[in-house]
Amino acid sequence: MAPRKRLVVWQGLMVSLLCGAGLTGCNTSTTESGGGSGGGGASALRGSVELDGSSTVYPISEAAASAFGEKYPNVKATVGVSGTGGGFKRFVRGEVDVSNASRPIKWEEHLQCAEVSPTVQYLELPVAYDGLTIVVNPANDWVDQITVEQLQEIYLEGGGVQTWKDLNPAWPDGKIQVYSPGTDSGTFDFFREVMIGSGEGRSMRKDMSTNEDDNVLVTGVAGDKNSIGFFGASYYFNNKEKLKAVPVVNPSSGQAVLPSPEAVESGEYAPLSRPLFIYVNVNSLKRPEMQRFVEFYLDRAAEFAVQVDYVGLSEDVSERVKEHFRKKTIGTHFWTPEGEKREGGLLEVFTTENAVPVQG
Amino acid sequence: MSPMAPFDEMTSAANVVIHDDERMKAVERPVAGRRRRNQIFLTTCWVTALLSLLILLVLLSAIFWQGFQHFDIRFLYAPPHPDPDQAGVWPAVWGTVWLCAICGVVTLPLGVATAIFLEEYPPRNWWAKKLHSFIQLNIANLAGVPSVVYGILGLTAFVNMFGLFGSEANPKMQIGVVYSDQYLTAGDEVVLVPAEGPSAPSRPLETGMAAEYANGNDMVLNVIGPEDPLPEDQELLRRTLRSDATGGRISDTTWYYVRLPFGRGVLAGGLTLMLVVLPVLIISTQEALRAVPNSLREGALGMGCTRWQMIYKITLPAAMPGIMTGSILAMSRAIGEAAPLLMIAGIVFIKFAPDNLMDDFTALPLQIYNWAQRPQESFHQVAASGIIVLLVVLLAFNGLAIFLRQRFQKPLS
Repeated sequence: MAPRKRLVVWQGLMVSLLCGAGLTGCNTSTTESGGGSGGGGASALRGSVELDGSSTVYPISEAAASAFGEKYPNVKATVGVSGTGGGFKRFVRGEVDVSNASRPIKWEEHLQCAEVSPTVQYLELPVAYDGLTIVVNPANDWVDQITVEQLQEIYLEGGGVQTWKDLNPAWPDGKIQVYSPGTDSGTFDFFREVMIGSGEGRSMRKDMSTNEDDNVLVTGVAGDKNSIGFFGASYYFNNKEKLKAVPVVNPSSGQAVLPSPEAVESGEYAPLSRPLFIYVNVNSLKRPEMQRFVEFYLDRAAEFAVQVDYVGLSEDVSERVKEHFRKKTIGTHFWTPEGEKREGGLLEVFTTENAVPVQG
Repeated sequence: MSPMAPFDEMTSAANVVIHDDERMKAVERPVAGRRRRNQIFLTTCWVTALLSLLILLVLLSAIFWQGFQHFDIRFLYAPPHPDPDQAGVWPAVWGTVWLCAICGVVTLPLGVATAIFLEEYPPRNWWAKKLHSFIQLNIANLAGVPSVVYGILGLTAFVNMFGLFGSEANPKMQIGVVYSDQYLTAGDEVVLVPAEGPSAPSRPLETGMAAEYANGNDMVLNVIGPEDPLPEDQELLRRTLRSDATGGRISDTTWYYVRLPFGRGVLAGGLTLMLVVLPVLIISTQEALRAVPNSLREGALGMGCTRWQMIYKITLPAAMPGIMTGSILAMSRAIGEAAPLLMIAGIVFIKFAPDNLMDDFTALPLQIYNWAQRPQESFHQVAASGIIVLLVVLLAFNGLAIFLRQRFQKPLS
């Protein structure tokens, strides 16, 4: 307690000195009825902000927590990486203030929020986009675009595709080496949901090389002519010379699109672009430092996202997110009150009417 | 007897060998063969030894080559940062030092005492024998358990304490903490109102209530209704709160802050690491004690020592080098563990070093793992720099142990 208090006193002193120099005589009456003077204004805020969850969202949240810490040096902001599922596990018990998530909350997780006391009501706030990139070896000169159906055939267990020739008779007869992020990651979950769905007996193929560390996938694909893999676009942007990104055919427009920031932001790069979220516990927002933190995060989310090679939200979505925060629109937008999944892009799904609060 | 007698015996013995030509021939060829095999084995040993050295050299030079591009003094003092050029390891180094200190202080006495019990106090009756072999079997098994499993155990046993003492946010017992409600006044000033406990209801706000500014100065609140106009006076405005303002509960902890359950603090982390390294330490200490010749023990007992005197004065000093080596190995393992810590806390971004045993922490292996996973190449260099720091911390701990070993080593004779 003592050292921090001393620090605070120091800062107070500096600030009052500055004030004294700037506004000579203005502050002379501070002590007559109110006791001693304050100092530092809101930047003297104390307390803690605890974030946990996805390692995909981590870089953005780290940027936010770091910049916030410079503005409010006495607030202890910590960011953990328990994975999206691990983060939600703690979040639904009210143990953390913010859950970083690379996928929307699951319906079971949503229901679990009601099982604790006090009930965890939350704000669901998208902060950035990530475009999953399909990559092949640069020596692979036959694939110049790929369709969702072809990806499904490659990644589905029992999809029957073993060689490139199986996909397209014009392609060579090499056995496809399939790479995928680890099965615990939100990235894997998202890809499976988009490509494979959750139908009976449908699962990702078992003979893939999986790894929790996406850098290992980069090395794997870069070293094998017949390989294919997928991961977050930031890993492709940082390894452009080692990998070749494959344009994915947008099912509705029929255009083959590369995951450029513009294509991801405009929604043209479908269906493999996904929003990244923070989930904020509403009880925590009573605390002034939390209120400030989320405000700060949303204000500068686009900047932070670009800083760490993600894609910022478009202006209209970002405005809507801030409005949700201001009006405290609680609950999830990705499930109906009956627990049915809502499909569609952020612009259609993320609306005030779609918000389903926790019942409890 | 003349002094020449031994010489005579020797020469006669030599004569016997030399004259025994036939036997000589019979063993000559096998000797050559055995010599060759001996040479081959020796060479194999050299090659493997050099190979492992070479691998180590390649690893180290790769790390140093990558790491020194980023390494500077600022790296040691800075907290983690989203910009790789500004990222540092300060909180992680302190987290690791705290963890190792806690782990060492708890593990060494516990491990050595267990080994002494198992080795020096042989069981005397049937029940004791069963208990003895049961403990022995368990320790041998535990040494092979993956460390993640210990992480889960630590989470239940230390972080949550089986739910016996409430939760981390609302602990049943704590010492060394003061709670207050933090408000932001209409004049954007931070004001603290004392509160009873972590989840006690806030005090109702009223004009004239005593409170504190964030810098510790006393002040008196001015409370107005939710719809009332704000006061014009700047000084008054800075003390003004609306009656429906909600405060945030914050805590001020002292250096001796303790709570039950321990929560996700550095103490729980250190104790979890203790679980990981305890079996290793017990087994190596047992080996060291076993290597002490029994004649020493018998001599001590024969001189009238009690068992404890024998252990304290004879066995332990004789086994000390072995025990120290075991401790070094155990602590080195503790320093490098990431998996159990990921279960306990998994915090990677934190700007502060721990202030007390319950404080949040991160550790070097977690930090390095996170950097190595990032897509940006420059973060991989940061990770390499982190590894250099980890190596230095490791060598520092080992150096200390070696120094202690030299200091306390007593010759057996």
